[in-house]
Amino acid sequence: MSPDWRGHLPRLEELARGFGLDWFPVVFEAVPDSFMTEIAVYGLPVRMPHWSFGARYIYQLLQRHMGYSRLFEVVFPGNPGRAYLASSNGVADNTLVAAHVLGHADFSKNNLLFRRSQQQGSEHIIEHAAAHARQIERDIEAHGFKAVEKVLDAALSLEQYIDLDRGLRRDPYPEYVAAPQAGTGDEFRSRFATLDPAAAAAPSLRRQRAPLPPHPEKDLLWFIATYAADMEDWERDIFLAVRAESFYFHPVFATQVMNEGWASYWHARLLREADFIAQDVYLDAIKCHSDVVRPVAAEEQIALAVNPYHLGFTLWEAIIQEGGIDAARRVMREDDDFSFLRNHLTRELMSEMNLFRYKKQANGPIKVLAEDIDELRESLLQGKYNFGAPRVAVAEVRKDGTLVLEHDSTIDKRGLDTDSANKVLEYVIHVWRRPVVLRTVDGASKPVEVVANSAAA
Amino acid sequence: MTPITPQDTDDTARGNSNAVNGWYDLFSRGARDWLRHSEKIREAVHQHLPQIVTGSDIINDGTRKVRVPVRMLEHYRFKLRPDSEPEGVGQGTAKPGDLLGPGNAGSKQGGKGPGGTEKGGPELLLEFKIDDIIDWMWEELRLPNLKPRIGKSDEAEWKREGWDRRGARSRLDRRRSVKESVKRRAQSSSSPAFIDEDLRFRQLTRRPQPAVRAAVFFLLDVSASMTDADRQLAKSFFFWVAAGLRRQYRALDIVFVAHTTEAWEFNESDFFKVAGSGGTVTSAGLNKVQEIMEARFNPAGTNVYLFYASDGDNAVDDRDAARAALENVARQTQYAGYIEITSGLRSGSSEISQIFDAVGASGLASSRCSIKDSNDVAGAVRHFFTHEARTAEESGAAPESPP
Repeated sequence: MSPDWRGHLPRLEELARGFGLDWFPVVFEAVPDSFMTEIAVYGLPVRMPHWSFGARYIYQLLQRHMGYSRLFEVVFPGNPGRAYLASSNGVADNTLVAAHVLGHADFSKNNLLFRRSQQQGSEHIIEHAAAHARQIERDIEAHGFKAVEKVLDAALSLEQYIDLDRGLRRDPYPEYVAAPQAGTGDEFRSRFATLDPAAAAAPSLRRQRAPLPPHPEKDLLWFIATYAADMEDWERDIFLAVRAESFYFHPVFATQVMNEGWASYWHARLLREADFIAQDVYLDAIKCHSDVVRPVAAEEQIALAVNPYHLGFTLWEAIIQEGGIDAARRVMREDDDFSFLRNHLTRELMSEMNLFRYKKQANGPIKVLAEDIDELRESLLQGKYNFGAPRVAVAEVRKDGTLVLEHDSTIDKRGLDTDSANKVLEYVIHVWRRPVVLRTVDGASKPVEVVANSAAA
Repeated sequence: MTPITPQDTDDTARGNSNAVNGWYDLFSRGARDWLRHSEKIREAVHQHLPQIVTGSDIINDGTRKVRVPVRMLEHYRFKLRPDSEPEGVGQGTAKPGDLLGPGNAGSKQGGKGPGGTEKGGPELLLEFKIDDIIDWMWEELRLPNLKPRIGKSDEAEWKREGWDRRGARSRLDRRRSVKESVKRRAQSSSSPAFIDEDLRFRQLTRRPQPAVRAAVFFLLDVSASMTDADRQLAKSFFFWVAAGLRRQYRALDIVFVAHTTEAWEFNESDFFKVAGSGGTVTSAGLNKVQEIMEARFNPAGTNVYLFYASDGDNAVDDRDAARAALENVARQTQYAGYIEITSGLRSGSSEISQIFDAVGASGLASSRCSIKDSNDVAGAVRHFFTHEARTAEESGAAPESPP
């Protein structure tokens, strides 16, 4: 009988500490494959019910049956962190995975984005998500399944619309515009104020209502939960629950290449140094490693996508070779995928990895474009902006309560797909309970307005 | 941490994983939410019932199923309109200027959003029993069940009714017989367990039954003015009517009659392909119906329905003949309905509408309705079935004039 992978854990941890890895304790749990799939689909071990997760779940199952994807581990940052491993995996696989998890745990304790998210939110996102799910179960009992589902339809479709710069906990806007400073400012005003001090002071007594919102508001979830006139409290709570989970998901999304690369680097390094692991287990584990970080599927010559594990792994190897572990740890603490790729993906690494840019021509074959490292980095990053979503913000709330959303097509370079936008507005109008309008541009860059069909609400 | 021997780890691991497996099996969120997704798909299909049936040859076969291809439901998010020439980054041995065929394309997508924004997904093929669809339809439209005419039937059935002291052995009612025996022995305890006087036999009598046989005539105008689309609409409408009648009647005969200036009987598959030329003489069609009805169905024992679909044109000199023929037919049918297919713009007072209005006003159970496109079919079905139920209830009282 080969020893269980758990037997190797204490010595792996000791080895990792020797390299300077620093992490909160991790609770390991081996779970069946189906549960692994669920965690990957829901993003959290316990999460609110919604039919869209069911559709993704079946999609994942199909992919797994066709052998496309295989899940090795899912880690949740926190204190303690939690790691789920597939119980069907062999000793070698799970030993590798345990080492991989230590890399992730180190990353999530030290990376700036993760640290901020845990400071703002909490170190116990799993427990919070479970509490949200429980609360939503109670809402279902109290208000019925369909009513809760409609709110979740809206909240989850706006999942990516949070404002990281303003943070998780926010106060409502000031209700009134700050009183203009009479007498100060330009020379004319100060001379005017001396003519009749009473008249000059008078305007400050009259308060002026601030426009709503005072600036374009990116945090749609917060704005709707705070300013929808007729929303029930339980509906607002659902919006805020989805929003809190989004703040948790963001660092995972924004550091994917770095984080996976870091964990892959450390599982390879730790295993290489682990002389306590039997030779055959080590060989199997290394085979598994090369499957994970291989750039192109075995039977293919060319892939039209980049494996983030491979990309991150290669970059970290280069960084550590050049500057040592300390330099790498500084990058790990301070960067996200934008700065990581822009600073460290060099022309040499691009050629070494055989990365190329391509363009899918309309009705034609795919054309490989000329080498250009700057363009290539931007192509890699194009899906990373704004949490991967088009830029939509609240522009104004009209006097009749109409919510006006504005899509920034100058940065996104294209307008929104009006069909799906219309459907999203139909979700939103159900909770906003007033007209909802979205401004974007059409295919010819002419402004168009999408208006939700209120009959559908 | 206390050191764990390999033996221990193995056992605890196995024990744990068993307990854990049991727990996870009991509770699958993925499966629960997938069921909800399927339910939503069924609801979505539900709303497009008339469109589903417009396409297939399903009138004659009540047990068949329809297969409806559906996409996985999309939970919508804001997304950009598709890029006509999207760029990406790939990996492998490719030189600038190379053209990659679709065969070389990796099938996997790169980074996904936090929520996973994969497109489409596989298509599902859902199977629906026609009967289920009909039941939904009836629930949704709150259609009344038809009431067969009672009393105009000569069909009778043997029904069990009462007991007698004599009868065939096979109809012996043991429970009754024992009861009788107990009663008798309560009076004199010394008598034997069973005597002939104790035996009770179930009896049968002949009772007239409401007519459960029905026939429906689908009369279709196939003159030159009826387009393919018009015939498709008629077909879809006829399907619902047949389905509705089949809900009520155990045996339903369907007769397809097409007419231009003449009339012919067809089988189902040919019926909808027939395209005639020339003008329209409605009386020819109605007379053909009359002829078949007399030859094949006994109006006293069969509930006969007539549904006529046309675009409303009729030869002007046929007006009186058509009206007489319709009155003739309507007197023997349970109900006569007329559906006018007005794919173009048309007022409601076509030749044939006037005839049906007149016949309806004279007290015979009939009504008319017009449809423009497949969305109106369900409404037309509702109109006829509710109207039929109303006239059947009033039975004899002057029916309201059609709306």
